Amino acid sequence: MIEVLYFAWLRERVGERSEMIETGAATVAELVEELRTRSEAHALAFSDMTSVRVAIDQDLADMNASLAGVREVAFFPPMTGG
Amino acid sequence: MTVSIQSSPFDMGAEVRSFAESVSGAGAIVTFSGLVRDDDGKLTAMEIEHYPAMTESAVEAIRVEAMERWSLLGAVIIHRYGRLEPGEQIMMVATAARHRSDAFMAAEFLMDYLKSRAPFWKKEIGPDGENWVAARDEDEDALSRW
Repeated sequence: MIEVLYFAWLRERVGERSEMIETGAATVAELVEELRTRSEAHALAFSDMTSVRVAIDQDLADMNASLAGVREVAFFPPMTGG
Repeated sequence: MTVSIQSSPFDMGAEVRSFAESVSGAGAIVTFSGLVRDDDGKLTAMEIEHYPAMTESAVEAIRVEAMERWSLLGAVIIHRYGRLEPGEQIMMVATAARHRSDAFMAAEFLMDYLKSRAPFWKKEIGPDGENWVAARDEDEDALSRW
């Protein structure tokens, strides 16, 4: 099981802060493909991947990153701190 | 305290004084504070969301990198989250060095990285609705100079 977290407009579009996902996805990109099929809201949230960033177990990563042994995956838009 | 992620306001004067007292041998302290801009009344408030489990470690990693790249005697970062009103302080950085060049450059580096690599997201709330602030290409480009 992987805990998937959403922040900012991804959270709003999906309509959830987090969800536990049973997945066989090997990479983040494969996980995104699975998430897209969960609901129309998920499909909309992941419709433009140029504005989606990912962190794996609280470290920034990219879409090709492996999910082996990963417990938490967070999706969010480009950061706007400072 | 070198990194603080907090919802409460901070007293910049007091923070800078205590930072100055904590570093010895400094010849220069550079401070920067970011405020919620009052966009001619178009902004009622700014809501800052963050990723609690990641924020502090991500900000600390950026701080450590600045400490390694420049000859710094210390660096502190305070960043707020939650609902802020126009004119309120969002965040501050302070850097201390023997000479001003290191302190200035490290402060700029910290600001560029906090903007694009620390997990914060700003939402502007105005009389006409709410709007997530979009990251600008310039913010990403700014990282390439380091």
